Amino acid sequence: MQINNEFKPKIVAFCCNWCSYAGADLAGTNRANYPADVKIIRVPCSCRVNPMFILRAFQRGADGVILCGCHPGDCHYTTGNYYARRRMTMLFSMLSYLGIEKERTRVEWVSAAEGAKFAATMNEFVETITNLGENKRLEDLRCKK
Amino acid sequence: MRRIGVFVCHCGTNIAGTVDVKAVAETLGKEPAVVFSTDYPYMCSEAGQNIIKEAIKEHKLEGVVVCSCSPRMHEATFRKTVQAAGLNPYLLEVANIREQCSWIHKDKTEGTAKAIVLGRAAIAKVQLNTPLIAGESPVVKRALVIGGGIAGIQTALDIADAGYEVDIVEKQPTIGGKMTQIDKTFPTLDCSSCILTPKMVDCAQNEKITIYSYSEVEAVTGFVGNFSVKIRRKARYVDETKCTGCGVCTEKCPVKNVPNEYNLGMDNRHAAYIPFAQAIPNVAVIDAAHCNKFKTGKCGLCQKLCSAGAINYEQEDTIIEEKYGAIVAATGYNPISVDKYDEFAYSQSKDVVTSLEFERILKADGPTEGHLQRMSDGKQPKTIVFIQCVGSRDTSGCGKEYCSKICCMYTAKHAMYCREKYPDTEVYVFYIDVRTPGKNYDEFYRRAVEQYGVHYIKGMVGKVSPKADGTLHVQASDLISNEQLHISADMVVLAAAIEPDKSARPLATMLTASMDTNDFFTEAHAKLRPVESPTAGVFLSGVCQGPKDIPETVAQAGAAASKVIGLLAKNKLSCNPCVSQSNEAMCNGCSTCANVCPYGAITYEDKDFSRRKDGSMIRRVAVVNEAVCQGCGACTVACPSGAMDLKGFSTSQIMAEVDAICK
Repeated sequence: MQINNEFKPKIVAFCCNWCSYAGADLAGTNRANYPADVKIIRVPCSCRVNPMFILRAFQRGADGVILCGCHPGDCHYTTGNYYARRRMTMLFSMLSYLGIEKERTRVEWVSAAEGAKFAATMNEFVETITNLGENKRLEDLRCKK
Repeated sequence: MRRIGVFVCHCGTNIAGTVDVKAVAETLGKEPAVVFSTDYPYMCSEAGQNIIKEAIKEHKLEGVVVCSCSPRMHEATFRKTVQAAGLNPYLLEVANIREQCSWIHKDKTEGTAKAIVLGRAAIAKVQLNTPLIAGESPVVKRALVIGGGIAGIQTALDIADAGYEVDIVEKQPTIGGKMTQIDKTFPTLDCSSCILTPKMVDCAQNEKITIYSYSEVEAVTGFVGNFSVKIRRKARYVDETKCTGCGVCTEKCPVKNVPNEYNLGMDNRHAAYIPFAQAIPNVAVIDAAHCNKFKTGKCGLCQKLCSAGAINYEQEDTIIEEKYGAIVAATGYNPISVDKYDEFAYSQSKDVVTSLEFERILKADGPTEGHLQRMSDGKQPKTIVFIQCVGSRDTSGCGKEYCSKICCMYTAKHAMYCREKYPDTEVYVFYIDVRTPGKNYDEFYRRAVEQYGVHYIKGMVGKVSPKADGTLHVQASDLISNEQLHISADMVVLAAAIEPDKSARPLATMLTASMDTNDFFTEAHAKLRPVESPTAGVFLSGVCQGPKDIPETVAQAGAAASKVIGLLAKNKLSCNPCVSQSNEAMCNGCSTCANVCPYGAITYEDKDFSRRKDGSMIRRVAVVNEAVCQGCGACTVACPSGAMDLKGFSTSQIMAEVDAICK
């Protein structure tokens, strides 16, 4: 595994529109820094995230994927994040079988009021992924032309 | 491939400061689909919007990407812009390069690179956007106000004034709320009942207002403009239509030892009771938990005495279901329980009271009929110590972290009252800070100090110890003179923090409205939409949104009412078109989607897929009710055959974004 200080991980963050995306906006409003390696995709609810999206990201070369939703009990759609939690628990239990370190994915609950938590979570996640290094184990599956 | 236009906003220096906007526009301009790309200082300005409109026409754009602030801020603005230029408003995507890029990254190279990636993701997504048309749903011209305190009363009166029907649901037997218990209101010291009870009467007499007292909201379904609410009307064992409020039952009821809620348990009431003289509706209630008839089956005195024949022991809870266009939460507050603060000896001495209890002692219809007396021996206290911030601004985890806002003012009011009515009383107030931001508030507080000679001491009380002679030994520190104080007090009053009513959280769950960590309802925008909940059609009034005093509550109630009136004045509302749709060719009618749908938006239909006349093929397929679907997408992931997709956030669109980011 390459140990390279210059390594910039590719990280995809799925954020639900109501809590976590707003939390990410709040992190911006508060100028709470986190690395530019994190790119956010807005989804209406964490339950919109198909486990396939996460696998697709890994397949296309993402080094880490994080899913953020409303806190349990606070889902804008009442129960969406419970579905997300179950689906992700299921997915995570299979990741090592697929050849992905399970530390490369995570579910975090970030409310619209938790800008600081969003930034702290991203900083910590980027650090974890940077330490893990490049996601090489799925290289064979990548659709490289 | 669609013809895409890219518009990069500088947002003054907000974006341009850490993102090279020219480079972003130039790089994105080289993307295969992009036929036009530009940048402008303020895209949301009229001039900026005109650039978009002209480019759509000139370059025959089929999709627009605006790289600017969060879509939560200006997506709606730009949708209107592209619509004005003749493009479907949903052929627009916003790349968030301000909140999620320029504001968090200090390095310009990194910021620019990220902005380009976010732009590419938006371009990839907009390629797959489909033109969507928002449906319309009718508006039920009736509002529901949950909570009948001053916030709910004012909201209901204002809505009714505009000519719309309003229902008030109040869990207590009477409307009025906390304000009925208060003696005088700061800073003008006018009598609380004198200003509130006329409003209560107005509510009862207004033909547009229906009061459901002793009732609670049981379930809420539906959406903005068309909520359906189940209300449980608790059995009061008195027929509201027959009871004249004569009070015979409440006088003759033999059960006399029930703690009186109106006086916070400081005296007793009968099992049959009317909470207070000015109650609205002025109808008795039988407290089944304490009534002899219900406990032993023997009594029935009130039924025999009631000349109106209103007593009905067989009455049961009834559930009514009503339709509403808008719902206002006005659930109010309660003081926190101060039992846990052992150092203040609240549970050890009757003479340590909370401020609301003190208010009851001062009020003419309270347990002492308005005479300042100790609850233990009925003697007039000579030394009173007020302790502020009991549970407020408390970061220890024991109380509340926030400032309860009203305590400084009511403590000044109480202190002033004691000195005015009983000039021989020594009054001490221990405070952390005195906060008096409000019109004529600081003058009021200064009057307490300068004119009435109340001793304000900056410092916290460490311990209150009840002594054998009935006095309370107060040990405190004066932070300014830095000395320990020992005061022998006759009465200690705790300014307990206020917290949202316990009913607020289950209600928020029913309304799918969001709450903060303190169980206050969250506004749609802290500054610009302070009386709306993020859930469309749900509005906030009073302390349920955050601590506030009466003038602020009334102002907010009026604001919430005007928002409700604005909503009810519309005949139709346009729906969110980003809803699920089922691909009938792929659906096998397995019901998985309907089982995960929190709104019951999915039903099944038998559809005829027969191609030839001889062979019939009828299959059961899912059908989404677009007016009910809220677009969460739970069904899209649950569907085992991949037949469900979410418009505006389709699987292919999200996959395209993933690909663009990981490229």
